Amino acid sequence: MSVRMAEMLMGVCMLLVSLGLMWTVVADDLAIGWIEGRGPGSGMWPFWLSLGMALSSCWILFRWFRNVTPESSNSDPYIDPETVFLVGVTIAAIFFLLLLSNIIGIYFSMMLFLLAYVRGIGRHGWILTISVMLGMPVAIYMLFEVALNKYLPRGWPFFENIFLHIDDFRYAIMS
Amino acid sequence: MDSILSLLTAGLLQSFEPLNLAMIFLGCFAGLFIGAMPGLGSVNGVAILLPVTFLVPPTSAIIFLAALYYGAMYGGAVSSITLGIPGSSTAVATVFDGRPMAQQGKADKALMAAAIASFIGGTISVILFTGFAPPLAAFALKFGPQEEFALMLLAFATFIGLGGDDIPKTIFSILVGLVLAAVGFDIISGKPRLIFFDMVEFQRGIEFLVLAIGIYGIGEMLWTLEHTKGAVQIHKVETGFRRMIANLKDVRKYLPTTLVGSVLGFVVGTLPAAGATPASLMSYGLAKSFSKDGDSFGKGNVAGVAAPEAANNAASTGSMLPMLTLGIPGSPTTAILLGGMIIWGLRPGPLLFTESPDFVWGLIGSMYVANFVTVVLNIALIPVFIRVLAMPFSVLAPIIFILCVVGVFATTDRMFDTYLMLILGLAGYLLRKLNYPVAPAVLAIVLGPLTERSLRQSLISSQGDAMTFLERPISLTCILVAVALVLYPMVSKQLRKRKLAQS
Repeated sequence: MSVRMAEMLMGVCMLLVSLGLMWTVVADDLAIGWIEGRGPGSGMWPFWLSLGMALSSCWILFRWFRNVTPESSNSDPYIDPETVFLVGVTIAAIFFLLLLSNIIGIYFSMMLFLLAYVRGIGRHGWILTISVMLGMPVAIYMLFEVALNKYLPRGWPFFENIFLHIDDFRYAIMS
Repeated sequence: MDSILSLLTAGLLQSFEPLNLAMIFLGCFAGLFIGAMPGLGSVNGVAILLPVTFLVPPTSAIIFLAALYYGAMYGGAVSSITLGIPGSSTAVATVFDGRPMAQQGKADKALMAAAIASFIGGTISVILFTGFAPPLAAFALKFGPQEEFALMLLAFATFIGLGGDDIPKTIFSILVGLVLAAVGFDIISGKPRLIFFDMVEFQRGIEFLVLAIGIYGIGEMLWTLEHTKGAVQIHKVETGFRRMIANLKDVRKYLPTTLVGSVLGFVVGTLPAAGATPASLMSYGLAKSFSKDGDSFGKGNVAGVAAPEAANNAASTGSMLPMLTLGIPGSPTTAILLGGMIIWGLRPGPLLFTESPDFVWGLIGSMYVANFVTVVLNIALIPVFIRVLAMPFSVLAPIIFILCVVGVFATTDRMFDTYLMLILGLAGYLLRKLNYPVAPAVLAIVLGPLTERSLRQSLISSQGDAMTFLERPISLTCILVAVALVLYPMVSKQLRKRKLAQS
């Protein structure tokens, strides 16, 4: 897909999103004008802003049609295959990091993420991979759970129990 | 004047308190490291590390983030010079002469010039800041909701007029940010608004940090991955005590351009939307135009490194002036700082100077100290940063992604927001590829609630009469300037066309 085509598709998408936002405000029965004795309705702000978004999308599409912007006359590929791979793999890896955080907990999940990224994509040696895999969760645990008292997702009970033991160990050292 | 000096002294003493001093060192160190990393700048560092600051009191937190901001401005030069990749857009102009100097084996000279110029720029701007902030804040105390709304319009108009980006795309970006800020319960009627797909998670609204970390954490890293393909090349840097002393003596060669760049940087930095990037480019352009040796610029002239570095540091301080005095951020980084202040329970704006003088003057005092600490750390740690910069991107990137995820979760306590961050980050990346500016959206999501509140308060108090904005002199002036700023790019384009047609 060329940059020109991407520019047009993005403009159309943004126009649809804007119209969708306007429809959402209207469908939720929010007043978009002045309510006598009470002031502006609660839907006024988002509705008129969304209308502004729709109008600017039309303006973007009009400029695309007239080939005014550099993007609208650029026939280069919008995204090259190597980037598609890198970005695609990265997004998928972060998605699985998030998904697994609810199951095996964020610490084990980030270890798998680092293993996949550092070893799988970066093709680094095992020593560096394992150092990062262990170092990062420890640093995050120390910073967020020990220093900030902020508990991060620990997953299903089996995995949560592992961390309860770690917490016990920590409290035993600190007391 | 006496009161300013006594308040400044109190602020300086406060910044020397052990915790605050530790925050300054930590912030400067982290900032230098983050600024030096390709693809990362002050805005990314502040966005990603903001959740960490909840550990300390607000004054120490802002001191840490301001020091990080300073450090990142210094650090940006390191990757520009040694790698030829600017850490962020603010350090782009440093590449023009910094990289040729590194290729000629003079990287240490360029790094020293960058550090000294940054120090001079930072010092001059913080002195100007100290002088201008209190009177501006006192003037802003006269503002009512009409003036507040007009000022917000002015901030958005500056992005349209001076941002230099595609106008409809900039307007779209601002409006998206404002709409995202409107998600959740209405601030006045309490009715739920824009609850997409009836998901209850949207009732709490969208935190600005989710958008900021999505765009400046995830989106920025995707952008850097695309442009570097994960590979970086480093130039060898020779350092030594004698070379350092010899490099220090070179200061007189670039002192005039540094001084001009510092003042210019401060002034440009105070304008919302302008910020450090145009300041550094303008300073470079001025230095080149007025140099007796203009042809050597771009080929390794040390003044070509000093001029943009002085300006970008001065601009970073300048951009804090409207944030603290008017509650309007002058740059994306200060937009996130402003959001942080709201999370800490403070109200940015003119009242901050009377309600929380310890906070304001502690911050101002810390700027002086941070500037000194950063230059010392920068010069001392140059060899260390060079080593760290050799870290492969395929190791750095996943670490940053994890910090983004953990940072968002720690702030909002919801996994839902981490998914939203991922979606917004990817959307930001795809939009940026088509030249949609993303900074206005971040500014708008921070200012959105305040803008809506001031508009509705004004309309309610005037019984729906929109003329209320034009009947008050300050509000009218701001609106007229805003209209002029919006029209400026279109008018100048027409004038250029006419001139071309005539010639």
